[in-house]
Amino acid sequence: MTSPAGDRRMRTAMLAVLGICFMTGLAWASVPLYRLFCQVTGLNGTTQRGLEAPGATTRQVRVDFDANVSPKLPWRFRPENPSDTVAVGARDMAFFTATNTSNRPITGTATFNVTPAQVGKYFTKIQCFCFTQQTLKPGETARMPVIFYVDPKMLDDPDAADVETITLSYTFYPSEAVKTAG
Amino acid sequence: MTDTALHPSAFHAHGDHHDHAHDADHKPAFFARWFMSTNHKDIGTMYLIFAIVAGIIGGSISGLMRAELAHPGIQYLGTWASLLHGGPQSLDQSLHLWNVLITAHGLIMVFFMVMPAMIGGFGNWFVPIMIGAPDMAFPRMNNISFWLLIPSFTLLLASPFFGGAGNGWTLYAPLSTYGEPGPSTDMAILSLHLAGASSILGAINFITTIFNMRAPGMTLHKMPLFVWSVLVTAFLLLLALPVLAAAITMLLTDRNFGTTFFDPAGGGDPVLYQHLFWFFGHPEVYIMILPGFGIVSQIIATFSRKPVFGYLGMAYAMVAIGVVGFVVWAHHMFTTGLSVNTKMYFTAATMVIAVPTGIKIFSWIATMWGGSMRFPTPMVWAIGFIFMFTVGGVTGVVLANGGIDDYMQDTYYVVAHFHYVLSLGAVFSLFAGFYYWFPKMSGRMYNELLGQLHFWVFFIGVNVMFFPMHFLGLQGMPRRYPDYPDAYAHWNTIATIGYMIMAAGMAIFFVNLIWSLLAGKKAEGNPWGAGATTLEWTLSSPPPYHQFETLPKID
Repeated sequence: MTSPAGDRRMRTAMLAVLGICFMTGLAWASVPLYRLFCQVTGLNGTTQRGLEAPGATTRQVRVDFDANVSPKLPWRFRPENPSDTVAVGARDMAFFTATNTSNRPITGTATFNVTPAQVGKYFTKIQCFCFTQQTLKPGETARMPVIFYVDPKMLDDPDAADVETITLSYTFYPSEAVKTAG
Repeated sequence: MTDTALHPSAFHAHGDHHDHAHDADHKPAFFARWFMSTNHKDIGTMYLIFAIVAGIIGGSISGLMRAELAHPGIQYLGTWASLLHGGPQSLDQSLHLWNVLITAHGLIMVFFMVMPAMIGGFGNWFVPIMIGAPDMAFPRMNNISFWLLIPSFTLLLASPFFGGAGNGWTLYAPLSTYGEPGPSTDMAILSLHLAGASSILGAINFITTIFNMRAPGMTLHKMPLFVWSVLVTAFLLLLALPVLAAAITMLLTDRNFGTTFFDPAGGGDPVLYQHLFWFFGHPEVYIMILPGFGIVSQIIATFSRKPVFGYLGMAYAMVAIGVVGFVVWAHHMFTTGLSVNTKMYFTAATMVIAVPTGIKIFSWIATMWGGSMRFPTPMVWAIGFIFMFTVGGVTGVVLANGGIDDYMQDTYYVVAHFHYVLSLGAVFSLFAGFYYWFPKMSGRMYNELLGQLHFWVFFIGVNVMFFPMHFLGLQGMPRRYPDYPDAYAHWNTIATIGYMIMAAGMAIFFVNLIWSLLAGKKAEGNPWGAGATTLEWTLSSPPPYHQFETLPKID
């Protein structure tokens, strides 16, 4: 393929290969980009982190607590109260209890999100047991706090203003499953 | 491969090349010709045979499914599961077999029937001829493309014997990551890798061929619409398949190497897989239908004895469909918790596709308007395509609404919709193309009576089968279950009767195929008369082994 016609063909083919490489790169880059996108926009009910609650408004919302455990983790995990009613903007603290029902120490990590998904960007945690790994000795029971507030900006968002109940959900997974993804 | 012009013998227009022992028609011996083939026509023929075999297997699987669905309750699955795995099987095993069947049916029909037939088969056969080229740009790569499909298909067909991949053709995580241990799902994923590699190589080949090997005077804006359709399809393949390859590689590493791309335990998200899959999956449905648009355009123009109405509009409508097809993927994911604004965007963008599609439908009708029309078999299939594809398109516009889709998602309404555009759209255009080009490819005429009979029996069969699925879906019958409440029994029984009618139609097709190959009338170079203006009709039927040793000139 040294003829001019052959050169032209190789050039077209190489451009096509370049396009393939670009799309492959884009697909792999989508993994960190997607995570970033969820954190920034609260997509899929990804919650936010904050330092200080802005102060209570007159509007109340109910926050339901939902606790789940991966089948691979021999823990019992439940909220102390099934729900709290809290003023939008006010700081609130809720407790969960976890018990290691096995006979060996186990470390777990909790994932979390809220529904409805559009309030994810207004649900702000100041402190949470889910920010770090938790280790429980055999038979040990621990109380785990979460401190949060619901951002009053929610009241200005036409898609979120009418939300009266927010469900905060946790799922505990064994930590050995945690490996970095892409 | 550019030095074929050393023998500047002119091609013969009327099949008399058999009388001369002439270089253009010198064929290698059997093994070299079929197993080491670099000839685009031979490779096209192999693709078509492959697609027919895969179509028989995929179609038989749908027969099994329709048999089980004919009546409420589980009738046959247990028997089939014990036949497959030896010895009696639990109910869960039987139900898993159902998942394996729907997965296999979907993957086979998409990757091993429609795509090989459209792109590998008709694309290989007619793109080089229609642009006046002697062969594809990279003939040996063409050979690899075809032979990659064989191990790919073998992997998929072998997977049921190792437990079976029951993830659906979409292979959604988490079922495909930790829901199904065992080698079957890995085999299905590797099968898709190979099929994807095959299609990507094919796409590079078509793009290079079409951009560099057109005969003198064959400008892009003079290319037949079938060539345009394959060009757009090749670009879609090039941009969509790498994303599928990356997504299913992530599935593989999640399954086998402990990564957590799609596993929330490690910070992943199963919904990301859906985004990646449908970023490929939506262009994929246009990959399956665009070459069909091209085929139908050629046939309508031929048998209306008029150039196609609005040629440039037709070509760029396909380009527009291809471009917009990349930004509508989340309409497959309306129920994954998208925000209202995201849903509004994807609803609107999806509906925009109806505009270029409408341009195509109306241009086909305008081509027929005032034409000197004839209705041989390819033309009735092409008109059948327009009719059925429009029905599928209309239900598509219904489903495009995010709000309505919340109700319709995963019901038989969706099944009816995509079978109207694929099983009655893509497949009708395949049959249209097959009858249209059969005389050219084989050198023999098909039987007109059997062809017409095939059309009408098949047309009635598929409509009796798929139209009731609209009713079932509106009543809320979910997809992917082998059983249903008694309330759905009536229309399910009718759909199964439709399958049997369709199967009778296919029997007529195979009788016609065998009869025509053995005893069909010899076909002239151009059996269709004045309306057939593309370059393949200037050659003998079948064309010489190497065509266009002197390049044709197009004014």
